[in-house]
Amino acid sequence: MEIVRSPRQVAAAGAGGLPIYKTAPQLEVRLEEFELFAIDRLRVLKGISDGLSRGKRPEEMEKLASELWKTHMRHQDPAETLNKDIISHFVLRLVYCRTEELRKWFLSMETTLFRYRFRLESLESQRMLMTEFQLPYKALPHSEFEAVKDKLSQVARSIGQSTNVEHVFFKVPFEEVPDLVASRRVFLSKGYAYVAMSQLVSLVVTQFRCNISKALALTNRKWTAIIKEQEKDRLTPPKDAVDISLKDIDQLAKSSFPLCMRHMLDKLRENHHLKHGGRMQFGLFLKGAGLKFEDALAFWRVEFSQKIGPERFDKEYAYTIRHNYGKEGKRTDYTPYSCQKIISATPGVGDHHGCPFRHFGEENLRAALNKMGVGGHALEEIMDKVKNRHYQVLYFIAIGLTKQYDIPELTGLCGIMKYTASLHINL
Amino acid sequence: MVRDDEQVDSMEIDEKKQQQLEAPTAVPEGFNTDYLRVYYGKLFPYGDFFKWLCYGNDGKHPGCDQSYVGRREFSFTLENDIYLRFQSFDSATELESSIKEKCPFKIDIGPVYSVDPSKRHAYAQSGNNVFVPVERELIFDIDISDYDDVRYCCSGADVCLDCWPLMTIAIKILNTSLRDDFGFSHILWVYSGRRGVHCWVCDSRARKLSNEQRAAIADYFRVYKGGENALKKVSLAGPVLHPFLAQSYMDVLKTFFEDRLLLSQQLFSSEERCQKILDLILMKGLRRCVEEIVFSYTYPRLDMEVSKHMNHLLKAPFCIHPKTGRVCVPIDPSNCDDFDPAAVPTLSQLLGELNATGFQSDSDNSLERTSLGKSISFFRTSFLHPLLKACKEELESAYNAKLQQSKNSLNW
Repeated sequence: MEIVRSPRQVAAAGAGGLPIYKTAPQLEVRLEEFELFAIDRLRVLKGISDGLSRGKRPEEMEKLASELWKTHMRHQDPAETLNKDIISHFVLRLVYCRTEELRKWFLSMETTLFRYRFRLESLESQRMLMTEFQLPYKALPHSEFEAVKDKLSQVARSIGQSTNVEHVFFKVPFEEVPDLVASRRVFLSKGYAYVAMSQLVSLVVTQFRCNISKALALTNRKWTAIIKEQEKDRLTPPKDAVDISLKDIDQLAKSSFPLCMRHMLDKLRENHHLKHGGRMQFGLFLKGAGLKFEDALAFWRVEFSQKIGPERFDKEYAYTIRHNYGKEGKRTDYTPYSCQKIISATPGVGDHHGCPFRHFGEENLRAALNKMGVGGHALEEIMDKVKNRHYQVLYFIAIGLTKQYDIPELTGLCGIMKYTASLHINL
Repeated sequence: MVRDDEQVDSMEIDEKKQQQLEAPTAVPEGFNTDYLRVYYGKLFPYGDFFKWLCYGNDGKHPGCDQSYVGRREFSFTLENDIYLRFQSFDSATELESSIKEKCPFKIDIGPVYSVDPSKRHAYAQSGNNVFVPVERELIFDIDISDYDDVRYCCSGADVCLDCWPLMTIAIKILNTSLRDDFGFSHILWVYSGRRGVHCWVCDSRARKLSNEQRAAIADYFRVYKGGENALKKVSLAGPVLHPFLAQSYMDVLKTFFEDRLLLSQQLFSSEERCQKILDLILMKGLRRCVEEIVFSYTYPRLDMEVSKHMNHLLKAPFCIHPKTGRVCVPIDPSNCDDFDPAAVPTLSQLLGELNATGFQSDSDNSLERTSLGKSISFFRTSFLHPLLKACKEELESAYNAKLQQSKNSLNW
């Protein structure tokens, strides 16, 4: 996926409205949406998890799944809904592939979600989905149906259904529907089970589960291959809840700052100056990390004073800082720039802001990464991604997820993902 | 509780036996290594047994898998309870010499593994090169002691003509369903030698079933949930019965219950027995109640664990039961009403018969001269020959299909 500002291409619709997430999409995604989509889907999955742990019955779960989906995922434009659906699934796959426990949870919730969404699809849509899952069962021809009609009706009544509800049946080798055989919910004859359309749901869902399970394992393997153990040990997770103070800045820069911010700090220390773009990008970053107003003022003054003296600093530069902290003008409480904004910046001569992955030349980027201790295979991977213009995004998503949504399992993940280039979503 | 197999007092002695015992060639009842040695030397049907388990792979056709039979596990229980697992044989001769040499008190048949069981230690537990079961007959084990809470004539290891019909019921119901519902054809029913029956479903489709599928079939057959009180553990849900249960009830259970069990088990003969039934009636409506009572007293009770796992070992047909001396002979499901466990040949009886007609070196003749001949003959004509015919056809068509496939892939 590429992060662009241009209008989105519509994702190819799968059969019916229900994607089965077989292959990663070739889509253009806006950066904010990356995070937002994933979070919204996570809300749906967590809602389902709650419902299950409360022991809700199937009818209640069906209703719950439908409501959750409507609340968090539905868009007026069905094409947009489909995009969000697909993108969010694949992003979460990356996030949840890392451990056995995460994979199990994700698989379980996604399967449950799929089960109830499938039940609500039209007959036509369900049939198309069955073909996609390569369940090549043909519906019983009328003559055959007539021959076994009474038995089918008897089975239906034996499991508490009213008769004459189902007219579409499939003849399936009994080996393929063990659950239905075990619970005597099908009529058996000569090795075939006569499965009602409604019962085929369980078959489809089993296939779905199987596919996602395999995909998760594969994703995890690929991820592991890209990120080396040493990277994991070297990097530490960001210090979230604690606000940074003046004395922490240099330490944190080494361990926790993104490349762009670290670069700007280096240049600031070196030149005792940063141009406007840099002051904004870096200043707001520090603010977002919890640097207090007084500390920020002191920080910038210490540096700038060494070049232009404290009086000139107070006169010409202090105002901007005050403005950033909402103490001047219309007192807007500015927030740090998003990756997209940073990436789309246009640094000129003497500027040090923007995104190094985009704006540095290859030589400089290599040098900067080397300085951080990134080398060898990982470095080449990163340079390759840069060549293909895939920018650093997942780190921010992870940060967002851990901070705002209290998912402690992902904290370690952040550390791992930091400072690696974005991974092509086709993992 | 344990029957002493050296004594004869607890077995019914009918006239024929009386005659045999009095004949000069009669052999005292018993079960021991000497007797077994003669049995294994003269009577055990190695050829038929081996042919069965080869499933046609011992032929000359290029589609035959020569490694197949060597990957089958056998286990021997020797005298003094010495237990040998993972025995395997590449030929009938090997099997024969091993049995004759070791003289096992019991022979069990296990699954066909991915590799020769005797070489299993060379293989991993996971990954690509594993030692796992790949084929195994679908098996059922029905033991009359599982019905102790609903039979009053015997208990434990005993069985008599009043309660044996419970086994007959099981055979009829399962045999019908395995054929009609599941489409299986090659089914062997065997007397377990004392108090139950075993079922071997040998279709290749059955042999290839996974554990999950086996469990599903066992669950399809399960009605009785076990536990302390059987009556409370049969719960037939739903306004009507599933066609399989309805048919079992109408064709088999109801008649047996009304005509035989009611009387022979004297279900109302004591206050305690009546109370058992009354307890049920209070809980449900009458018609469903009657059905549940009938099911409780008659419906087959399977040992689920035996059927569910591919690696479960089961006693081989034509073994001798150490406690009763009786041969584990096949039972004809279409005539199972007439099967009488007390009339099954015993080891000593067979030896007596061999004595009576004089020893000859031709082993085939030996079989025919004894009561075992009939069983072997039945085994061959009803089971083995149709099975081998089907196997041959399958092997050949599978081979031809493969040939065709490789021809197709070569075509541009």
